[in-house]
Amino acid sequence: MRMKSLVPALYILFLMLPIYWLVAMSFKTTNEILAGFTLFPQTWTLANYIEIFTDPTWYWGYINSIIYVTLNTVISVLVALPAAYAFSRYSFVGDKQLFFWLLTNRMAPAAVFALPFFQLYSAVGLFDTHIAVALAHCLFNIPLAVWILEGFMSGVPKELDETAYVDGYSFPRFFATIFLPAIKSGVGVAAFFCFMFSWVEMLLSKTLTAVEAKPIAAVMTRTASSAGYELGLLAAAGTLTIIPGAIVIYFVRNYIAKGFALGRV
Amino acid sequence: MKTQNQRAWLFVTPVLFLVAFNALIPMMTVVNYSVQETFGDNLFFWQGLDWFEQVLKSERFHNALGRQFFFTFMILIIEVPLGIAIALAMPKKGPWVPFCLVTMALPMLIPWNVVGAMWNIFTLPDIGLLGYTMNHVLGISYDMTQDPVAAWVTIIVMDVWHWTSLVVLLAYAGLVSIPNAYYQAAEIDGASNWAVFRFIQLPKMKTVLTIAVLLRFMDSFNIYTEPFVLTGGGPGNSTTLLSIDLVKIALGQFDLGPAAAMSLIYFAITLFASWLFYTLMTLNDNKS
Repeated sequence: MRMKSLVPALYILFLMLPIYWLVAMSFKTTNEILAGFTLFPQTWTLANYIEIFTDPTWYWGYINSIIYVTLNTVISVLVALPAAYAFSRYSFVGDKQLFFWLLTNRMAPAAVFALPFFQLYSAVGLFDTHIAVALAHCLFNIPLAVWILEGFMSGVPKELDETAYVDGYSFPRFFATIFLPAIKSGVGVAAFFCFMFSWVEMLLSKTLTAVEAKPIAAVMTRTASSAGYELGLLAAAGTLTIIPGAIVIYFVRNYIAKGFALGRV
Repeated sequence: MKTQNQRAWLFVTPVLFLVAFNALIPMMTVVNYSVQETFGDNLFFWQGLDWFEQVLKSERFHNALGRQFFFTFMILIIEVPLGIAIALAMPKKGPWVPFCLVTMALPMLIPWNVVGAMWNIFTLPDIGLLGYTMNHVLGISYDMTQDPVAAWVTIIVMDVWHWTSLVVLLAYAGLVSIPNAYYQAAEIDGASNWAVFRFIQLPKMKTVLTIAVLLRFMDSFNIYTEPFVLTGGGPGNSTTLLSIDLVKIALGQFDLGPAAAMSLIYFAITLFASWLFYTLMTLNDNKS
């Protein structure tokens, strides 16, 4: 039994090592980093974090990222809800084909779409806006949200719908007051996954923005190339990008595995 | 049984509209470029299927495709068994379960370029934790900016670090859904650990493992940001995977025709392979 718990322990240790190193670096001074190897920061400094929180290019990077990620999550879940309900409750002409077509958009390499997306969103005048990135991320987040929600909805017995209609509920009232509460963990999980994939994606968000809506990921690349590789600053910026993920993950910890299984366990 | 109802189309219209806007228009742009030649100034000339022929015959494409298949193969063969093993060893209940789940899921929530940057800092030969340990403690010469083998090992280990948890979480979700009665029955029959795994746990994990293999295949085949930030495709071209090569051709050299033709071939391969995996695994399902 003791041997057995060693496996996850070692695995978690392996996962934490690079993260520890990033965090440790972020508290070191540039001199210490360049002077050579130190396992712990010898002189703790908050200079890297202070620079990020006082320089508008830096902190606006975070704000921009959070704005388009939130927009994307709201749009994806709102339009996916009725669609997932249709897929889980009704059969209609072309339903299976449509479902598979949605999945194929999850398979498309983002590199394929980078340039056409730039042209499309420039043509409709949305280039360098938050909504452009939010809409572009819908490409892979809506199919995912539909899949997850459909999985959770199919776990709710159809009798629930039928009883409500017999009791004289209208569809919107039934959906909002009975059905939504019944699948609220599914909605949470779908929102979490939309948040996650929009937050970590970087090729499209970087291609679709220039100044006004520049995500934190792009600000970091600029620093790495122009400011002569300030490792401490880069590490601090990286550390700060982990925090939102760590917060949202805590809320869905009991459902995360079911979510990855697209609600099909 | 589902009710036949054509009005359900109304419910899927918003999804259809948004996804089609993002998928069909860009796809048409790509198709458009793939059959034309341009010399700038928005002048285009019909080119037919020449670009496709050129890409399919080019050694550069063959090499990138070969590297891509090797990368994806290594990822699947390492992450899937490792993920299952870790899931089997995880506690089924108790205070450690949420701790394990949260810490294991953490790497997946880190932006992809930060993952690359983090591994870059981690592997720097003289000041990175891994680089220093290899070079100065274990005495193994290690510098992934110089040595192609080291670069390959590093991008594979990075992906194992980044995504094995996906397989773990999925397999774990399958495992905890097995009722205790199954294990008790197996114990009464005197089944070995292997028999329990082969005839109880593995069949129960089948659906979730199908999803795991599919997701890992698609995402590792389309990978771009992490290896690009970590190695930039180098040293030389040794870690230039398909997406990295594609972006180099499309945005670096601005060779739109060949890049578009390559995009379509690339997408077709991903689609076909995903469909193949999906069919093979559901085929097994129907037999048993």
